[in-house]
Amino acid sequence: MRLTLGLLVVWAIAGLGCGVLLADVLNEFTFLGFPLGFWFAQQGAIIMFVVLILIYALAMGRFDRKLKAQLRQIADEENAS
Amino acid sequence: MTVQQYTFLFVGLSFSLYLFIAWRARVRDTGGFYVAGRGVPAIANGIATAADWMSAASFLSMAGLVSFMGYAGGVYLMGWTGGFVLLALLLAPYLRKSGRFTVPDFVGDRFESQTARLVALVCALFISFTYVAGQMRGVGIVFARFLEVDINIGVVLGMAIVFVYATLGGMKGITYTQVAQYWVLIVAFLIPVVAISLQLTGEAVPQLGMGSELTSSGQRLLTTLDQIHQDLGFPSYTDPFDGSWDKVNVFCTTLALMAGTAGLPHVIVRFYTVKNVQAARWSGFWAIFFIAILYLTAPATAAFSRYFVFDSLATMEKDQPPAWFEEWEQSGLVIWLDGLDETGQPDGKITYRNGDENELFCPGKGITADEVAALKVAHAQWLDSNGKAGADGRLILRQKGKGKPGPDRDIMVLALPQMAGLAAWIIALVAAGGLAAALSTASGLLLVISSSVVHDFYYRMIRPTATDRERLRLSRIAIGGAVVIAGLFGIYPPGFVAQVVAFAFGLASSSFFPVLVLGIFSMRVGAMPAIAGMVCGIGFTASYILSTVYFDGELWCFGIKPEGIGAIGMLVNFAVAGVLTPFCKPPSAEARDLVRRIREPEEDDSSSPVVH
Repeated sequence: MRLTLGLLVVWAIAGLGCGVLLADVLNEFTFLGFPLGFWFAQQGAIIMFVVLILIYALAMGRFDRKLKAQLRQIADEENAS
Repeated sequence: MTVQQYTFLFVGLSFSLYLFIAWRARVRDTGGFYVAGRGVPAIANGIATAADWMSAASFLSMAGLVSFMGYAGGVYLMGWTGGFVLLALLLAPYLRKSGRFTVPDFVGDRFESQTARLVALVCALFISFTYVAGQMRGVGIVFARFLEVDINIGVVLGMAIVFVYATLGGMKGITYTQVAQYWVLIVAFLIPVVAISLQLTGEAVPQLGMGSELTSSGQRLLTTLDQIHQDLGFPSYTDPFDGSWDKVNVFCTTLALMAGTAGLPHVIVRFYTVKNVQAARWSGFWAIFFIAILYLTAPATAAFSRYFVFDSLATMEKDQPPAWFEEWEQSGLVIWLDGLDETGQPDGKITYRNGDENELFCPGKGITADEVAALKVAHAQWLDSNGKAGADGRLILRQKGKGKPGPDRDIMVLALPQMAGLAAWIIALVAAGGLAAALSTASGLLLVISSSVVHDFYYRMIRPTATDRERLRLSRIAIGGAVVIAGLFGIYPPGFVAQVVAFAFGLASSSFFPVLVLGIFSMRVGAMPAIAGMVCGIGFTASYILSTVYFDGELWCFGIKPEGIGAIGMLVNFAVAGVLTPFCKPPSAEARDLVRRIREPEEDDSSSPVVH
C-alpha cells in the first residue's frame, strides 16, 4: 500500500506537476533541444509512467513471493508441531 | 503502382489476416467468449490492450490535434498514458482478483445492489456507444479518402469484418486479432515518421529529430515552429498556457482523461483475460510499454506535420497547389476561400494565419455539406465579380461552430506522408494502420456492449437460469445488433472524432473511476452512496457537456472546457458518495469479505509464472 501511494505521488509530480503546473517555469531550461516543460508534457511524463508501472509490477511480485514464503513457513511449522 | 492500388493490397492483406486469426481462435463457451478462457499470456494481453486502447482517435486525430495545439496537445499525451498508471496501480490487479466477468458485474456484487448493477450497465453502454461512434467515423475517413468509395460503403465493409471475427472468436478471437492489428498500426505509424525525421533533420529517432536542427536552415525545428507561429499570429508552439488553454483547463482536461482512461470499460475488461493477478500487473506494464511507443512518436509526427503545412503552403501558387492539398480539398476536409488584394482582384495565394486574413478553413459541426457547397458557389461569385456580387464565405466560416481555421485535424496523420513526398506504398500503409486502429478498438467495444447486455442484464438480472449455450448464442446476436447500431453512428456521425471521444472520457471519469476506487479501497461505502455518486457524477458531466457543446451555452464552471469537466464530475461523484456514506447502511459481511479477499495476495500460485 505504501508503495502504491509513493508511486502515485511520483505520478502526480511527473505528470501533473512538471507537465502542467510548472511547465511555464521549466520551459526556461532546454533539454535535448526541447524547452523542458514542453518536453515533460510530450515525452518525459510518458516515460515516467512506463517506469512507474514497471517498478510496481516488479515490487509487488517480490512482495507476493515473500508473503507466500512466510505463509508456507508458518504452515510447515504448524505441521511439524 | 498507385496509392490506391497499394491501399487495396494492404487493406486486403491485413483484413484477410484478421479473418484467418479469428477462424483459428473461434470459441465454444461463454468463458472463452467474454474473457478468452482467462488464458491469455501477459505480453499478448498487453499488446491487445494497447491495440484496443489506441483507437482511430490515437492514430488519426491525436497527432493532428497536438500539431494544432502545440504544448496544450500534451493533455492528450499525458492524459491517455497517465491513466494507465491509475489503472495498473489502483484497479486492474484488484478487479482481476475479484474474479468477476465485467465492471457492472463487480459493481453489482460489491455493492450488493441490482440498481447499482443497472446504473453501471447503463454507464458502460453509454460510454461504449459514444466511443464506437468515433471509431466508425475514422473508418469512414480512411475509406473515403484512399479507396475512393462512398463513406457509407466503407463503414458497412468495416462493420462486416468486425462482425465476423467478433462473433466467431469472442474475446479470444478479438485478443489475437488485436495483437496483429497492433503490429500493423505501429509499423504504419513509425515508418513515415522515421523517414521524415531523416529527411528533415538527419536524425533517425524521431523523438530526437524533433529537438534537432533542420538540415535545410540549421535552425532548431521547434524554434522554427515558434517563430512561424509568432509571425502568423498563432499561439506559441512550445510555450504553455498561451491562447485559449490556460492552466486550469490543461490541468482539468489531463486529469479527466487520466481518470477516464482508468474507468473505460473496454480497457478494464482486458485485465480479466489473464491467468492471475501477477499477470494482470505485467500486462498493465506491457500495455503501457506498447502504447508509449506510439505516444512518444506522436509529438514528433505533430511537429513535422506542422512544419510541412507551413512549408508547403508558403511556397504555393494558385496554379500548382501541393497534391495533398487538392486531394483533401475534394473530400471537403479543407476549404480554401481566396481573398481579394488591394486592387480588388483575387490574390491567388493561400493565406493561412490566425486572424481575419485567414483563407484556409475546415467545416465545423454546425454546418452541413450542402451549406458548404452553397457557400463555395457564393464565394466563387464574389471572387469573380471582384467583391460586387455573391458573398464572402470566410465571414460565415469565421463564426463559432461553423468552421475552423486550418485543415481538419483528423487528416494530418494521413496527409503527412504525402506532404513529405514519401513513396506511394508508405501512404497506403498508413491507411491500413488507421483502419487497424479503428477496427481493434471497435471490436473491443462491441464485445463490452454485448457482454453488458447478455451477461450483466439478461443473465444476472432477468434470467439467472440461462444456460451457457443460450448465452453464447444471445451474445452473438447482441454483437450483431451492436454492429448495426455502431454502423448507423458511422453513417450519421454525431460530431467529430476527438470531441466524441472527449465526451466518453468525461463520462467514464465521472462514473466508473470513483465507484471502483471506493469499492476496492473502502469497506464502509454501501450501495446508496455509490449509486448516488455515479448518477450525480455522470449527470453533472453530461449536462455540462450538452449545455456547452450542443446548445452553445457559457462555460459556467470556472471557464472549464467540456473536455475537462470530467475531472469536476469525478470530484462530484467522490463528494456525494463521501457525504452520504455516514448516513447509510454499511455493506453486509459478504461484501466486506469480497473487499478483504481482493486485497490479499493470491493464495493459489499453481498457475505457472508469467514470462517477463
